[in-house]
Amino acid sequence: MTNENVLTLSDITMQFGGVVAVNNLSLDVGQGEIVALIGPNGAGKTTVFNVVTGVYEATNGSVSYKGETILENHPGFKMRKTYGGINADKYTKRIVKTPDVITSLGIARTFQNIRLFKDLSVLENVMIAMHMHLKAGYFSDMLHMNGAEEAKLRQDSIDILEMVGLGNMLEDQASSLPYGQQRRLEIARALATKPSLLLLDEPAAGMNPQETLELSHFIVEIKNHFHLSVLMIEHHMDLVMSIADRIYVLNFGELIASGTPAAVQNNKCVIDAYLGANEDA
Amino acid sequence: MVAKVSNKQGASPKSFQNKLERHDRKTQIVADLIVIVICLAVLFLLDSVLDSSSMIFVVLKKTAVYAVVAVSMNLLNGFTGLFSLGQAGFMLIGAYTYGILMIPSGDRASVYQYFDGGIVKFSLQEVFAGIFGGNAGVGIFFGVLIALILAGVFAALFAFLIGLPVLRLKGDYLAIATLGFAEIIRALFQWNTIGGLTNGSNMLRKFPSFDSIVAGWAAGSPFVAAHIPFFSTLLPMIIAAICISLIVMLIHSSYGRSFKAIRDDEVAAEAMGINLAKHKMLAFCTSSFFAGIGGAMLAMFQTTIQANAFKSSMTYEILLIVVIGGIGSVTGSILGAFLFVAASEWWLRFLDTEMVFADAGTKTGFVIFAVAIVALLAALVIVKNRGKEKKDFRRIAIIAAAVAFIVIAALINYLVSPSMNVPLLRSGFRLVVFSLIIMIIVLFYRRGIMGSRELNWDSVTAFFMKRRNADKEGGEKA
Repeated sequence: MTNENVLTLSDITMQFGGVVAVNNLSLDVGQGEIVALIGPNGAGKTTVFNVVTGVYEATNGSVSYKGETILENHPGFKMRKTYGGINADKYTKRIVKTPDVITSLGIARTFQNIRLFKDLSVLENVMIAMHMHLKAGYFSDMLHMNGAEEAKLRQDSIDILEMVGLGNMLEDQASSLPYGQQRRLEIARALATKPSLLLLDEPAAGMNPQETLELSHFIVEIKNHFHLSVLMIEHHMDLVMSIADRIYVLNFGELIASGTPAAVQNNKCVIDAYLGANEDA
Repeated sequence: MVAKVSNKQGASPKSFQNKLERHDRKTQIVADLIVIVICLAVLFLLDSVLDSSSMIFVVLKKTAVYAVVAVSMNLLNGFTGLFSLGQAGFMLIGAYTYGILMIPSGDRASVYQYFDGGIVKFSLQEVFAGIFGGNAGVGIFFGVLIALILAGVFAALFAFLIGLPVLRLKGDYLAIATLGFAEIIRALFQWNTIGGLTNGSNMLRKFPSFDSIVAGWAAGSPFVAAHIPFFSTLLPMIIAAICISLIVMLIHSSYGRSFKAIRDDEVAAEAMGINLAKHKMLAFCTSSFFAGIGGAMLAMFQTTIQANAFKSSMTYEILLIVVIGGIGSVTGSILGAFLFVAASEWWLRFLDTEMVFADAGTKTGFVIFAVAIVALLAALVIVKNRGKEKKDFRRIAIIAAAVAFIVIAALINYLVSPSMNVPLLRSGFRLVVFSLIIMIIVLFYRRGIMGSRELNWDSVTAFFMKRRNADKEGGEKA
């Protein structure tokens, strides 16, 4: 728990009724790091994202971002009976922040199943992400009295879109874009919230090897350009192994291994659970 | 119809800013102004050609009122994705606020005859007339202006209070809850205990209406006196144009974009830093604000108001306009308002009056006319279903034949009878036809007239460009 950590998850347990989706996960993301979260389907990776971004309220544990606690919870009366949680006594307060507050602190995310504003244009999608930085009040915005600010917002959005290579399709409807460009737009939209931590949920899903390679360069590029830290969920091992600084491996909600790509690759648990046990050997 | 366009154009100049260069925008504003002037000219022409009691003026006035409310509902249902059915309740609050504040103090004793002249003893128009040195005209102008704004403010205030619990609900549940609150508001305003304020279940009257305001102008100006229908139609249209322009400007602002984001995907909107509770509340209150103004305009149109009239059926009428026009289209709502008002007040009225043909000549003529219409409909059905499967076709043919048989049998019966009463035409049949039209729209044109598109210079030029290109291609091929 050094100050250099951008994101720290401590003893996070997420329980849905009797199902433990994530069990006592501790994880941290350092400044400027690319950290990957991998694991088989149903391992609880997206649940971790949803806990960090405030969509779910974790049953136990705490999440802190740049030293500020954005979530802290302890098992309630019923839960405590069936499940105590590790270090449950350490977490006495209940701090729950809504997703929009967490985003405004600087954590942006993309979604596994693309969730663009489908009926709106590419440019509007990005401009919406900048809305929370709007200084004008409701009435002055309604009466279009903040022309300069609106123009700047538009220009910033265009800049971001040009950077991700969507500069020539500003007015296209978001849902009309090809799949790969929808993914890029999602990243552009996340960048528009001016984050310092970017959560990417399977950014390479459905991409061919060539596109995946381009994406890996792209992620490193935006990371350096915007001084980001990145936490990503990904199934493409080539991508993960080539750009991730560290890897966490989840299986059935449990952390089974963590470390550098090389260490994880050679970890026996990981090979058994995920990378594929070689039956013949 | 034409005067409707002036409304729309007044509302739309902001909508192209995304796509066009600055000088283009200038030419478009000029074009807008030209269209507005043309519409005013047409309205003026109608005034001089038609009788002052012509239905077109009534229809246009009521259209202006309903357009404001429909667009306000569209802001909520079409642009923010909140399915609310509380519009009649907020209209009621607006109408009563306007009425209570504007009844002249001399008339209060007669209006509030069961409540000792009511609690409110002042009238805004007199207050402002007092401020401006007894000038009644200026007093009415500022009185109406402030009363309209207060009508909106009170409606928005109620919306805020209702919104606190209700906006946590989603979809159908929100619709049911808002509908319930609208009914509660209606019951509350009819409550005798607060009759000193609301006049209980009795009506409020004698406040300035569109006609009485224009009559006031006419007293001072012979020109206005000569063109009373023109001015009394223009007045509600100006108010409507201002309200709708404000809503359109909101839709094209950053907050408006966020509303659309909430409509498209709540989870993603929240993940992009949009505070759902705050933005939903803003949309809800803004929509209610304009519904309140719409209610006040309705009071000005009707000259009397009674809480009992603001039933949920009024909300459904507005919803119908929004659906007919296209959910998510402002121009669609305006167009829908005109079509709805014109059809229900004017075009379909003839269905309510009985028609009797006595002599043989007109009887035969009518029978031929009716048979021709049935034949035409049958031909249309056949043409429309040409490419369909045989089974479908046979079913439609059977239904058509059955209908035709019944109609012809009825007609022969009428033909031989001494005096012919046109079948079905009697009081109430208008509503039957109206519901049939609505059913057809819901079944076949589910996205409404405009869908989520807008009628503006962009779409108009795009339409003609497409045409021209198609012509060119056709020419090249030939």
